[in-house]
Amino acid sequence: MYPSTATVEGVAAAEAVKGRSLWADARARFFRNKAAVAGLFMLGLVVLFAIFGQYFAAWSNEEIDWSVLGNVAEAGRPSFETGHYFGTDSLGRDLYARTVQGTQISLMVGLIGAMVAVFVGTLYGAVAGYFGGRTDSIMMRTVDILMSIPYMFVLILLLVIFGRSIILLFVGVGLISWLDMSRIVRGQTLTVKNKEFVEAAVATGVRPFTIILRHITPNLLGVVVIYATLLIPLLILQESFISFLGLGVQEPNTSWGALINEGAQEMNNGTIWQLLFPLFFFIITLFSFFFVGDGLRDALDPKDR
Amino acid sequence: MSETILDVNDLSVTFDVMPSGAWPWTKPLKLHAVTDVSFALKAGETLGIVGESGSGKSTLARALIRMVPASGKVVWLGQDLLVLPKEAMRDQRREVQMVFQDPLASLNPRMTVGEIIAEPLKTHFPETPKAEVRERVQEMMTKVGLLPNLLNRYPHEFSGGQCQRIGIARALVLRPKLIICDEPVSALDVSIQAQVVNLLRDLQKELGLSLIFIAHDLSVVKHISTRILVMYLGNLMEIAPAKALIEHPRHPYTQALISAVPIPDPKVAKAQRPIGVEGDLPSPINPPSGCVFRTRCPKAQQVCADAKPLLEEPAEGHFVACPFHE
Repeated sequence: MYPSTATVEGVAAAEAVKGRSLWADARARFFRNKAAVAGLFMLGLVVLFAIFGQYFAAWSNEEIDWSVLGNVAEAGRPSFETGHYFGTDSLGRDLYARTVQGTQISLMVGLIGAMVAVFVGTLYGAVAGYFGGRTDSIMMRTVDILMSIPYMFVLILLLVIFGRSIILLFVGVGLISWLDMSRIVRGQTLTVKNKEFVEAAVATGVRPFTIILRHITPNLLGVVVIYATLLIPLLILQESFISFLGLGVQEPNTSWGALINEGAQEMNNGTIWQLLFPLFFFIITLFSFFFVGDGLRDALDPKDR
Repeated sequence: MSETILDVNDLSVTFDVMPSGAWPWTKPLKLHAVTDVSFALKAGETLGIVGESGSGKSTLARALIRMVPASGKVVWLGQDLLVLPKEAMRDQRREVQMVFQDPLASLNPRMTVGEIIAEPLKTHFPETPKAEVRERVQEMMTKVGLLPNLLNRYPHEFSGGQCQRIGIARALVLRPKLIICDEPVSALDVSIQAQVVNLLRDLQKELGLSLIFIAHDLSVVKHISTRILVMYLGNLMEIAPAKALIEHPRHPYTQALISAVPIPDPKVAKAQRPIGVEGDLPSPINPPSGCVFRTRCPKAQQVCADAKPLLEEPAEGHFVACPFHE
C-alpha cells in the first residue's frame, strides 16, 4: 500500500520535526565519557562545598579557638567533637571554615580570569582574524608585545608596589589570560572565514559584525569552551603560586595557595592536616577540570581524536 | 526576454600575489584572474559560463557582486555596482543572490535550516514578524521540494541534494531578479544533478528569474542555458546562443571543449576523434602575449602572438575572439 496523498500532506502539516544540533550531539558524546562525567560530578561537589560549606561549619573563619592555642598538634587535630572537622590552623582558627573561604576565592580567580579570556579573547581574535590585513597585523602584534612581557614578574612588582589586594590580583590575571585565547581564536577564525557559508552571508549583505557574531563565533565556540576549561586550573595554579610566595590574597582572606603555604610551613610541627585538607581540594579540582576539559575536547571535535 | 538587466563592460580582476619568501616591501606580482570580459544579460535569460578549472569563472561571478575587487563596469538596472557606496550596494544585494558549489559547506552547521533560509529576509527586512518569516520560509521549502516541517533540522541531517535545495531556497526567499549559480551541481552525483538543474529551470520559469549558471560540464550547461559564454584563462573566447554554440562552435578552444564531452554510445564515441589540446593552462601571473590560447591552439600563427584578437560576430549574436574561426 502506498500512502495516499492525504497522509503525505498530513505528515507535511504535522508539527515541525525537532533537529539534533551539533551541540546536542556533543552533549550526548560527553555524557558517554565516564571519566569526564565523574570529573563534572566532583567539580559540582567542590562548587557546592564553596557555596554551602559555611552553613555546616561549627566555627566561623574568624573566630579563634583559644582552648587549642599552644597545643594545636594535640587539641587542634580534626575531630567532630570539637567541631573542627578539618582541625585548626596554627592560630586556632577552624580549618574547615578557612578551606571553604579559600575554595571560594580560588574558584573565583579561575572563573573570572576564564570569563575575561572568553569574552575579550574571543571577540578580539575573531575581529582580528575576520578583518585581516592591517587590522589583523596591528592587533596581533599588540598581543605579541604584551605576551613578551614577563607578566609574573610584572604582577609581583605591582603587588609589591601597590600593596597586596585581591582586586589587583583579579586585574592582573584578567589582563594576561585573554592573550593566548585571542591567538587561538584568530587562527580558528581564519579557517572558518573561508567557508562558503560566510561567503554566502557576505553575498546576502549581512553586516560584518553580525557575521562575526552569528556565523564565526558559534563555529569556534567548541575550541573556546575547551580552552576555557583548561585555562581555569592554570589560573588557579598561578594564583596559588603567587599566594604561596606570600603575595596573593591578604589576611583575613585566604585561598588554596595561601592555605597550602601555611600548611607547608607547619609541616614539621605534627599538624600535617593543615597541608593535606587544602591540598586535597586543590588536587581534586585541578584533576576534575582536566578530565572535563579532555571530555569536552573529545565531545566537540569527534574527528580530531 | 527584452530589456537588458545586467551589462558588463571590460570587467577585469587582478590579485596581488606575494612571491614566496618575499620581503614585505617587495612589489607583489599581478595575477590576472579575469581580463576585459564584456557581456550583457537580459531579463529571464540563463547565461551559462563554461571553461576549465582555473579559467576565472567563479572569480567573474564574485566580481559581479563585488565579493572581489574588480575594475571595469557592471551596470545592474542602470547603476554601476562597482562604484556604488557600501550601503547602497547592500540594498542591491537583495536583488542578486548566489548559490554555491559545496552544498554542505555553504550552510552554517550551527544554524537550523529555518534560520538559514530566513537569514536574507531578516537582514533586509528586520521588522518582519516572526510568524510571517516562518510562513515565507516554509513556502520556499515547499517550492524547492523540501518538507516544510523539517525547518528545525540542521544541515548535517540532509543529503547533498537536499542541502543544495536549501541553498536555493535561501537564494530565492527575497525574490531576487538574478541568481548566480557557482557550479551548483558539480558536487552532486549525476541523478541528483538532473533534479537540481530541472528545479532551477522550473523555478526560473515560474518566477521569471535571470540566471548566471557556471559549470565546467558542458552537457549540464547546454541543458539549462539560453546563451553560453566560454572562458579561457580569464578571457572571453566565445559567446553565443546555446544551440548555435554547441552545434557550430567557431573558436578552436570551444571546439576542443565540445569534442571532449564524453559520449555515452561507444560506437559513436569511436567514430568521433576528440580534438587534442596539449599542455596545461598557462600561468595567469604571466599570461601569453596576444591571444591567451595560442600556446595550445592547433591553429596558432604569428598574428596570434602579436595582438589580442578582437571579438568578431560571424553570425547574429554569436561572438568569437579568434580571427581564424570557422
